[in-house]
Amino acid sequence: MADFETVRHDVLVVGAGGAGLRAAIAAAADGVSVGLVCKSLLGKAHTVMAEGGIAAAMGNVDDRDDWKVHFADTMRGGQYINNWRMAELHAKEAPARVRELEAWGALFDRTPDGRILQRNFGGHRYPRLAHVGDRTGLEMIRTLQDHGIHHGIDVHMEWTVLTLLTDGERVAGALAYDRERGRFRVFAAGAVVLATGGIGRAFRITSNSWEYTGDGQSLAYHAGAVLQDMEFVQFHPTGMVWPPSVRGILVTEGVRGEGGVLTNREGRRFMFDDIPENYRAQTAADADEGWRYTQGDKNARRPPELLTRDHVARSITREVREGRGSPHGGVYLDIAWIKERLPNAAEHIKKKLPSMYHQFKQLADIDITTEPMEVGPTTHYIMGGIHVDGDTQMSTVPGLFAAGECAAGLHGANRLGGNSLSDLLVFGQRAGTYAAQFAQAHAPVAPDLGQANEAAQQALEPFSRTTGEGPYQIQHALQDTMQELVGIVRREEEMAKALSQISALSARAAQVAVVGNREYNPGWHTALDLGNLLTVAEAITRSAIERRESRGGHFRDDFPDKDPGSATFNITLRKGPAGRMELSREPIRPMPDALKQVIAEGG
Amino acid sequence: MTTPAIGTSSGGTPRAAGAQAAPAESGQRPATFRVWRGDAAGGAFRDYTTDTAPGMVVLDAIHQIQAEQANDLAVRWNCKAGKCGSCSAEINGKPRLMCMTRLSDLSLDKPVTVEPMRAFPPVKDLVTDVSWNYRVKEKITQFTPRPPDAPDGTWRIQQSDVDRVQEFRKCIECFLCQDVCHVIREHHEETEFIGPRFFVYTAALEMHPLDVADRIPALKRDYGIGFCNITKCCTSVCPESITITDNAIIPLKERVVDEFYDPLGKLVKLFSRAHRG
Ligand SMILES: Cc1cc2nc3c(=O)[nH]c(=O)nc-3n(C[C@H](O)[C@H](O)[C@H](O)COP(=O)(O)OP(=O)(O)OC[C@H]3O[C@@H](n4cnc5c(N)ncnc54)[C@H](O)[C@@H]3O)c2cc1C
Ligand code: SF4
Ligand code: SF4
Ligand code: FES
Repeated sequence: MADFETVRHDVLVVGAGGAGLRAAIAAAADGVSVGLVCKSLLGKAHTVMAEGGIAAAMGNVDDRDDWKVHFADTMRGGQYINNWRMAELHAKEAPARVRELEAWGALFDRTPDGRILQRNFGGHRYPRLAHVGDRTGLEMIRTLQDHGIHHGIDVHMEWTVLTLLTDGERVAGALAYDRERGRFRVFAAGAVVLATGGIGRAFRITSNSWEYTGDGQSLAYHAGAVLQDMEFVQFHPTGMVWPPSVRGILVTEGVRGEGGVLTNREGRRFMFDDIPENYRAQTAADADEGWRYTQGDKNARRPPELLTRDHVARSITREVREGRGSPHGGVYLDIAWIKERLPNAAEHIKKKLPSMYHQFKQLADIDITTEPMEVGPTTHYIMGGIHVDGDTQMSTVPGLFAAGECAAGLHGANRLGGNSLSDLLVFGQRAGTYAAQFAQAHAPVAPDLGQANEAAQQALEPFSRTTGEGPYQIQHALQDTMQELVGIVRREEEMAKALSQISALSARAAQVAVVGNREYNPGWHTALDLGNLLTVAEAITRSAIERRESRGGHFRDDFPDKDPGSATFNITLRKGPAGRMELSREPIRPMPDALKQVIAEGG
Repeated sequence: MTTPAIGTSSGGTPRAAGAQAAPAESGQRPATFRVWRGDAAGGAFRDYTTDTAPGMVVLDAIHQIQAEQANDLAVRWNCKAGKCGSCSAEINGKPRLMCMTRLSDLSLDKPVTVEPMRAFPPVKDLVTDVSWNYRVKEKITQFTPRPPDAPDGTWRIQQSDVDRVQEFRKCIECFLCQDVCHVIREHHEETEFIGPRFFVYTAALEMHPLDVADRIPALKRDYGIGFCNITKCCTSVCPESITITDNAIIPLKERVVDEFYDPLGKLVKLFSRAHRG
């Protein structure tokens, strides 16, 4: 058996985005030793790309806002299958977590009286997103990073966790390899926090980077943890569609929050054509009211462009399918029109949306202050993930915690914009604290080195194959399968076909060959990611077949309506004894009367 | 070992150009990329010819080469939109982000050279060891706020005060300015010189409306601001258009001068700090 270099920490945090950094800071504050591993360099995780803002009911702009309204908005957005306990904690704790960032040096945009400014976003009743122009994620990750490096966290950059190690029941650490040299190392730990983000790379068109291969979800699943709500993938309505090489890159919802409108090739503002019944009372009657809303008029209702993401994405898909799309297969998003309403509109746009201005100028040769953008849906976020306890964030495996995008529950069937960054802070902090407590309360266990050995050997197999396919080919085939067959609009037969393609691809992945050596070899890294991608692709597809209704991010052409009977359960998955994926319908715990009351009162 | 057959295009990119066929705006044309391949022990340029399409950036070409011809070509990237600062390299000799350098801005009549940042030790191909930068940051005195302004523990800050430092806070830590700075590049003063990125960082802290720590003595003593002779090369490569020299370094140099050579100015400053605090 190979001898592994071993590093021991009380708490091992996997992932250095907002959730991982916040968890590491919380754990370190409790006085335990903390290791933080991440696949990229510090400060480059997905969180850095977030644009719009952090949702927190501070009531700085509209004092009618409070945690109750935020809770009700989150539950309505999630179509009531959220973990209500998480939605409650999130709404209550987000303001304190945002203020804490300010105490650590973050500088948010301000209100005239000097408090943190908040902006409108889809599905939030009041202006609620703390932000810094359109680079909020950068401000957040840099603040956490710069604070964290002074708090005794051991950072292991460019290490990828391959498998979790257990000691029978409990988690005992992880096996990882460093990207630079390809060496293996055992990270032994009393508790592990997964904060690995999402799965966007399972699809062809996505706003997500190479890192988003579903590692955390897959690691947890193979360690015996339960996954939940995997059918709920968020397709963001506005990704870039041209030029082809940037297709999928995100166009922040902030554009619509600042007054941007969606039109089809006929110039029609099609979002007014189909407003869902449960949102009608809160939606503007006409363009004028919508504009006033974006400019802070408290008596105006929001424009239909700011309806929930699933609805807007499907409306765009409909326009394109029915032949009313833009030349490159999207629709138009126009912010330039506000010059009809505002003096200095061009300056205003550049100030409010500086990175969008640059992104289009540099990547598409489009000046958004004078021309409309072309946009279309892009795979953006997964609401489902690792099932966790709402208070502690512990998964069903003792000592294994999860926070951020890789955990499930808060967002239910659909996430509201801005609710992710706040999720990272609130539940990152909780996961870190409870992981530290767990590590302190339980004697350390030794990781099973047999597991480590097996995983390491398997990881090296692709080098020994002299014939066989390269990893990119398989990855691309999987992306095509998921995009075509398990995308925005789903159908049973298509998903059944996807399942058989996924199993064929698994067989191909088992024979993948890589060239070169172990040093910084992206081909090898991609080959190792395949297993995770295939696991989450299967989980998404099986769950999507099981949910025979349409709800939130999950739309079934063959069951286009919401089924009240399906509002009573979450779909969960676990690895069965024979290594097969087992599904079940987990009944949702009844909500306490006090929270029911909050929702009944309309928040 | 044989090279596996690769069918589809574009490597680790967000697969934009995949099956969603690009409308025929204009034809594809082949171009040659002269890419540095090697590691700490040494290396050489190798030519790769690949098809290019409208709208492509250098990173797309590199990914395409990686997927089709050189699976093990090492390159860092994350966002593909100029937001994360991972994909820094020297393109035709100029430090740039690969994801924000459009092929239409380069001449494709001759090979496009793509090499790693030369100021940092090579790891492999386009990947360099930038860990020194992370160590430098740790030695800069961290953010230290004045006591909160309001009983609820919050502060009141004017937007104009926020706007003043926002420029510095846009930094994506691409380290291109570090790469181009001759003090780091040629003189290897890394131990006593923090480099332009960290002058920007220090300026962001020093001009932060809430911060009360004093980093001026350290700027002179430990951060080596005196080595900078204001060549402005750093400003010229910054992808975030941060005016590194004029807005960060020169004002910091002035503060150093005030503090060390102008006792009266120092007294006034001390007083105003105490007052702010
Ligand atoms: C373009 C864009 C804009 C967005 N805008 C907003 C917004 O305005 N508001 C909002 O609320 N949300 C927004 N989101 C969503 C939000 O940014 C993400 O959901 C969130 O940042 C995820 O954070 P995280 O901490 O869970 O994971 P990440 O920030 O993605 O971090 C994941 C970390 O895990 C590491 N990792 C993964 N796998 C492994 C492994 N196997 N071994 C070791 N390390 C591993 C990675 O290296 C990385 O460090 C946006 C997302 C995108 C893509
Ligand atoms: S201006 Fe100063 S810091 Fe910038 S590149 Fe020149 S010497 Fe270096
Ligand atoms: S200052 Fe500019 S060039 Fe230097 S690291 Fe920051 S973004 Fe890059
Ligand atoms: S990939 Fe993020 S800056 Fe280029």
